[in-house]
Amino acid sequence: MKKMSIKTVLLSATLCFTISLLILPRAWAESTWKIGGIFAVTGPASFLGDPEKKSMEMIVETINKNGGIDGRPLEAVIYDTEADPTKAVMAVSKLINRDKVMAIIGPSTTPTSLAVIPGAQRAGIPLISCAAGNGITQPIKPWIFKTAQSDIHAVAAIYNHMKKIGHTKVGIITVSNAFGESGKEQLESQAPDFGITVVRAENFGAKDTDMTAQLTKIRGEKPDAIVCWGTNPGPAVVSRNARQLNIDIPLYQSHGVASPKFIDLAGEAAEGILLPTGKILVADLLPDDDPQKPVLKTYIRQFQEKYNSPVSGFGGYAYDGVRILADAIKGTGGDLAKIREKIESTRDHVGVSGTFNFSPEDHNGLDPSAFVMVRIENGTWKLVE
Amino acid sequence: MEFLQYLFSGITSGAIYAVIAVGFSMLYSATDLINFAHGEFVMLGALCLVTMKAIGMPLPIAFLNAVLIVGLIGLIFERLAIRPVKRPQPIVLVIITVGASIFFRGMAMILWGKDTYSVPPFSDHPPIIISGAALLPQSLWILFIVLAVVACLYLFYQKTLTGKAMQACAISKKAAWLMGIPAKWMVSLSFLLSAAMGAVAGVIIAPITMCSYDMGTMLGLKGFCAAMLGGLGSLWGALLGGFLLGILEAMGVGFFSSSIKDAIAFLLLLFILYVRPGGIIGAVQAKRF
Repeated sequence: MKKMSIKTVLLSATLCFTISLLILPRAWAESTWKIGGIFAVTGPASFLGDPEKKSMEMIVETINKNGGIDGRPLEAVIYDTEADPTKAVMAVSKLINRDKVMAIIGPSTTPTSLAVIPGAQRAGIPLISCAAGNGITQPIKPWIFKTAQSDIHAVAAIYNHMKKIGHTKVGIITVSNAFGESGKEQLESQAPDFGITVVRAENFGAKDTDMTAQLTKIRGEKPDAIVCWGTNPGPAVVSRNARQLNIDIPLYQSHGVASPKFIDLAGEAAEGILLPTGKILVADLLPDDDPQKPVLKTYIRQFQEKYNSPVSGFGGYAYDGVRILADAIKGTGGDLAKIREKIESTRDHVGVSGTFNFSPEDHNGLDPSAFVMVRIENGTWKLVE
Repeated sequence: MEFLQYLFSGITSGAIYAVIAVGFSMLYSATDLINFAHGEFVMLGALCLVTMKAIGMPLPIAFLNAVLIVGLIGLIFERLAIRPVKRPQPIVLVIITVGASIFFRGMAMILWGKDTYSVPPFSDHPPIIISGAALLPQSLWILFIVLAVVACLYLFYQKTLTGKAMQACAISKKAAWLMGIPAKWMVSLSFLLSAAMGAVAGVIIAPITMCSYDMGTMLGLKGFCAAMLGGLGSLWGALLGGFLLGILEAMGVGFFSSSIKDAIAFLLLLFILYVRPGGIIGAVQAKRF
């Protein structure tokens, strides 16, 4: 009996100690705005998560250098999801329960974003995702926002261009994964709005090495243009195969390959390919009256100076997310409901990925003008009017 | 014209599967072991070629070096991971090869990064157009090299003492050992040859498929299917299985739908294994080569 009580005393002492350890840093940190970041810093989607983490750290540093928000500095707690939905869910509950953050930026990919949404919703904490999938903000969930351009806008940009030229029949070839399926869905559902018919829809595996059979089949339908939807290296193979088959109708690619790597992989076959891309890729080519130009220039310069590496097209999602959040925190005194309302009523926020106009019906806030159409000429991008 | 184009597409991917299947088959015939790291040897071959070309070696020398390096890796792999196993039951060895494939993939990711690399084709000719269907010069290169390699292997097994000794080991290790054949060395040699075959496959397909650290898994799986289809252990069966699989895939895309491309190939595999459990050639030939 006596032994037991000693044990109990010891246990409760340890417990008290642990709790005090957990509480104390919170009390000290009360003077900062604590925000969380969850990105796929390593793993298969590290090409997204790594620049996003760096961009978030960079903008937080900049904001703090300029005096923080309402006199209090921002503090970023960043965890790695490795693009794994389970790890993302654990990271979010850690951010909410242990770190007590007031908002979360990320995750980087659509599957991880969809996985963490219920947790953020339940806790009532603003989450600004950096992933592209439409399902993240449709249907609207009160606490969930996103800054990456949606497939809807990329498809609209492509179809707009086709409409201008007068193409009416397209063949589509998409990769069989979430990215390709979402693209295919949009390509098929938006076509009638632009007077376009999809004459044939083919797909390919992400690791397939030869797509000539699919392209031959599409060619048989005599379309005016072909749209390919995927991420490297599949689209590069499609481009090469199209060149080998002497297919001379225009080939459109998705924003999924909007990086110099694609030109590198497709080589000669990349010439003449059209694709929609965020403006960051062609920042230098933009007309001077483009409202995004100064923001893009600042972001690119800062990133290159700080990390001494070329800027990626993806870090901007986190950069925009933190800036929107920082504006929203201003003057709220940390009231989460007020922050959420302020994010939702953000208008004309000029960011890296576009001009954001959030509303209760639109938690992405972007429109097709976030994309520009480019053509690959002589191994580089040319803006298409 | 469309049929011809599907056939050409099929021959191109078929040749790729065939050369990988040959690597599976020849190791199996010598050691009764299915090496699931074989796809990784293909990947290493392709990536080594990228590096060799990047430091400015001409293609033939880069080709040879890549094959030699990967062959040596195969040899070391056998020496360090396969030979020390105390009770070499097939299941243990197969699991070791699966582990090794994960190891190789991880190492390649660290060494070459996650980027995809492209390699220019061996010869800079435009595609050959035969009655409207395009055939890639690189496909011809693949066909030519695959046939040459298989012919060399065949001659090696039939005409040289070492080749015959290897065959003897394949038939009965103990009897061969009693006859004074260094059985252990024969196993090492077959690992070296098999890994080198994988590297050859990687090098010749690199211009078509492009290469990245994770290219090996799917290629290995398809090559394994092709080897099963033709009959594990038979060189000619592996060739036949590879081409059959490639052509059927292309025809499946052409005449059915690209979304069931893989399903068609694997259904066929199931069907053939049901009718002829030993594969197309394997069941007929009692002899391995």
